[in-house]
Amino acid sequence: MSASSQATNGQNKIAKPQGFDLLIYRVKKYFGRLDPYLTILGIGLWLFTYWVLCEGLQVWRFTKLPGPVAVSKDWFSTTPFQGISIFTAEYYDHIAVSCRRILIAFGIATALGVPLGLFMGWSRSIRDYIFPLIEVLRPIPILAWVPLSILLLPGFEWPVLFLATLASFFVTTLNAMLGVDSIDEEYFRAAGCLGSSRWDVFMNVVVPGALPFIFTGLQISIGVAWFSLVAAEMVSGDLGLGYLIVDAYMNNVTVPMVIAMITLGFIGYFSSALVRMLGNKLMAWHVKELNQQGR
Amino acid sequence: MSKNMKISERLGALSIKNVTKVYDPEGVNVKAVDNCSMEIEGGEVCMIVGPSGCGKTTLLNSIAGFHSITEGSIHLDNELLCGPEKPIAAQGADRMVVFQHGALFPWKTLQENVAYGPTVQKTLGAKEAMSKAGDMLAEAGLGNFLTRYPGEVSSGMARRAEIVRALINDPKVLLLDEPYRAMDALTKQIMHESLLETYDRTGVTIFFITHDLEEAIFLGDKVHIVTTRPCQLKKTVEVKIPRPRSYETQSSEDFRKLLAEVNEAVHEEAVKAFQAGERELA
Ligand SMILES: Nc1ncnc2c1ncn2[C@@H]1O[C@H](COP(=O)(O)OP(=O)(O)OP(=O)(O)O)[C@@H](O)[C@H]1O
Ligand SMILES: [Mg+2]
Repeated sequence: MSASSQATNGQNKIAKPQGFDLLIYRVKKYFGRLDPYLTILGIGLWLFTYWVLCEGLQVWRFTKLPGPVAVSKDWFSTTPFQGISIFTAEYYDHIAVSCRRILIAFGIATALGVPLGLFMGWSRSIRDYIFPLIEVLRPIPILAWVPLSILLLPGFEWPVLFLATLASFFVTTLNAMLGVDSIDEEYFRAAGCLGSSRWDVFMNVVVPGALPFIFTGLQISIGVAWFSLVAAEMVSGDLGLGYLIVDAYMNNVTVPMVIAMITLGFIGYFSSALVRMLGNKLMAWHVKELNQQGR
Repeated sequence: MSKNMKISERLGALSIKNVTKVYDPEGVNVKAVDNCSMEIEGGEVCMIVGPSGCGKTTLLNSIAGFHSITEGSIHLDNELLCGPEKPIAAQGADRMVVFQHGALFPWKTLQENVAYGPTVQKTLGAKEAMSKAGDMLAEAGLGNFLTRYPGEVSSGMARRAEIVRALINDPKVLLLDEPYRAMDALTKQIMHESLLETYDRTGVTIFFITHDLEEAIFLGDKVHIVTTRPCQLKKTVEVKIPRPRSYETQSSEDFRKLLAEVNEAVHEEAVKAFQAGERELA
């Protein structure tokens, strides 16, 4: 006993790098590995192929597409030929509208889906009521909901929000429910022994135990939200990146179309990274456990 | 509770009378426990040994209230836990379980885990519970690991913390299901010393399932050998080696004799279990 506490005292005395030093250490460690170079090489290869097809050799129908040079010229120009660049307010209007819609749709889907999924996992009778219904509605593709949502809801905004919310709601609900199913029975028994009320069990076992699954689900669900948002904006929209893509295509200006696509890619990437970061913050125990296993 | 009290005066006497448990998965009856009776005195360390799959965990789960019993009754200090009118015992903090695979909540730190019981039972305020948990963990040699998560500490430390989590509730009975299985001999030795120390301090009744016969004799006041499935009491061996016991006792003549006696009885049952298994496969 005393031996073990001495050993750990010794361990605690090793100064861990802090603040700026920690950052430097991490950057050094990152670039000491092969991963970043492979990533850079991968992006380079992809861009090069794109350039060869569109601008270098001008292969067949690829001539209809603007190549990387044409796109970046317009994208970073103060006076873009085809109307959209990082210096035009319109570009940011579209981004802002899409982001706001995602925030609302993803927010509603999460606020409804997580509790519903948890309750479905927790209570047999709630699951019996709702699960079959969800399982029937879930496979209906989001585009099949378009006419119904336009008929049912007023204006442009409501149908778009509805469609973006729906798909991500199903994903979130299902994952939260499976998260509860994944919790080992022994934790429920332990909680019972320790004198928990049913509500204690819900708050201290069901919610934290399902969290890893919930956040996996949220990462998928925010991707699905973007996917269905853009689909909805393309069909029934007045603004937003999805609308920009179809609008540009209709008007035969292809550069804004490509700019909007790439922008969507980046924003989508950042939004799921944000969700992942939030998850890691809330689940320090899970992150540490995985670290311990060398992952 | 003082350790000077005679064992029979202490709380935590378990009386298992004619208990039968039949599992009924998909209409096929599996009789796990059959007409099993056992008397466990308050403050006694009672070790259960028997062949694999004979129904030991089933018996423990019946006491803890994790499932119903089919026949018979179980009393704790003359109060009915479960019986004919009440097939399933209410789960409660008077009987604390330490699980076969460990069940500290991985999302709570060791200190939060230990503080959990008194907090939800409202026997202590959240703050007092945390500080008492910290003190008790420190007593168990885990003072440097209060803010660690179970996934970050060794299995031995996690198991010690789990026993502390049980003891903070002042249970009458501690139910342990092969808690030290899969631990190396050295860790096991430390675990045994720490459990015995705890026992000497609290005098809690211990119901301990194990496959390790030396462990059974080293820790126990009585070793109950149970038969192959369905589980019944076959033989009880009393261990009259005085406490406190140290590891040297294991090489004493008395210890060897008891070991031989227990071994013989267990071996008989293991052979039966093996033959029954062969018949089932044939
Ligand atoms: N939920 C269940 N449904 C059906 N049969 C079960 C169930 N739980 C256990 N059994 C059966 O009951 C018998 C006794 O199981 P139990 O887990 O109590 O044995 P055990 O003595 O603890 O075994 P081990 O030493 O392997 O832990 C086994 O044959 C097992 O297959
Ligand atoms: Mg068992």
